[in-house]
Amino acid sequence: MKRSHFLKGLLHGIPIFLGYLSVSFGFGILAVKSGLSVTEAAAVSLFNLTSAGQAAGVGIIAANGSLAEMILAQIVINLRYSLMSLSLSQKLDKSFTIPHRLAASYGITDEIFAIASVQPGKITPWYMYGIILISTFGWVLGTALGAAAGTVLPADISDALGIMLYGMFIAIIIPPAKKEHSVLVGVLTAAALSVAMYFLAPFITSGFAVIICAAAAAALCALIFPVKIPEEQDGEQA
Amino acid sequence: MTIAIYIAVMAGVTYLIRMIPLTLVRKRIKSRFLNSFLYYIPYTVLSAMTFPAIFFSTGNTVTASIGTAAALILAYAGMPLIVVAIAAAGTAYLAGFIITLI
Repeated sequence: MKRSHFLKGLLHGIPIFLGYLSVSFGFGILAVKSGLSVTEAAAVSLFNLTSAGQAAGVGIIAANGSLAEMILAQIVINLRYSLMSLSLSQKLDKSFTIPHRLAASYGITDEIFAIASVQPGKITPWYMYGIILISTFGWVLGTALGAAAGTVLPADISDALGIMLYGMFIAIIIPPAKKEHSVLVGVLTAAALSVAMYFLAPFITSGFAVIICAAAAAALCALIFPVKIPEEQDGEQA
Repeated sequence: MTIAIYIAVMAGVTYLIRMIPLTLVRKRIKSRFLNSFLYYIPYTVLSAMTFPAIFFSTGNTVTASIGTAAALILAYAGMPLIVVAIAAAGTAYLAGFIITLI
């Protein structure tokens, strides 16, 4: 049982692995430019597993910023993970005991959350470990390669690879938006708010903008299209 | 200040942000509004993260827009994640290549 959930997680993590490999390659290049060694760059990726937060963090390190600035930047940029964790807490299987929750918390990223949260039924610890393991491997490996190799890929190829992760996001949100009118409204509202905020309020950092726009759009949908409270579903699914 | 201290602080803060809600919320949430809110959050977060950032993701808004269109069409057709992701990058690359020819 554990093994099949773990394998399923690994399998579901393959697109994330590929996406992370290319995105973290860019982070590796950035980190070395900011004065970090290859080992330090890989350590940042291993211990943080987050793109925007790491990019901001490396900028603060390069500028010799204060720890207070580092803490504040990480809270603002990464606060969206709290919403994701809260949402995911409602989908955890009974086998998700406190130690498992403490361990799996490490791996709540946008992409891992996106895949795990749209699985039918409850999710188990070993399913999460499968996705987290393969994704982290891609993230750290890509960082190390990027840091070590600098600019192995020609610029036009690495530029084009920048769109991959967003392409994956689109592939996640379009099918349910096609099926459910309410999800479509939520997705369009969030996108419209986010675009408006980008142009009208550029002083709001991107991490903060995502929180505001996503929360506003979700609250609007919750008011207009309330969902049924899920019954206690104990069917064990990954 | 050593880089190790920076990395430790960064990692600690990021971990706590993820860990506290996942560990402390062990009860089923009863509020209908909150349940609905949490149901829509994954989709609205991803949408807000994608737009408008996707248009700047290749360093050229024209190639990025063409890549975005390809992703939207293929996602609408129900293609798997990895196919949509690679096709978006491939289309953006081709668009960039064609632009340099023109």
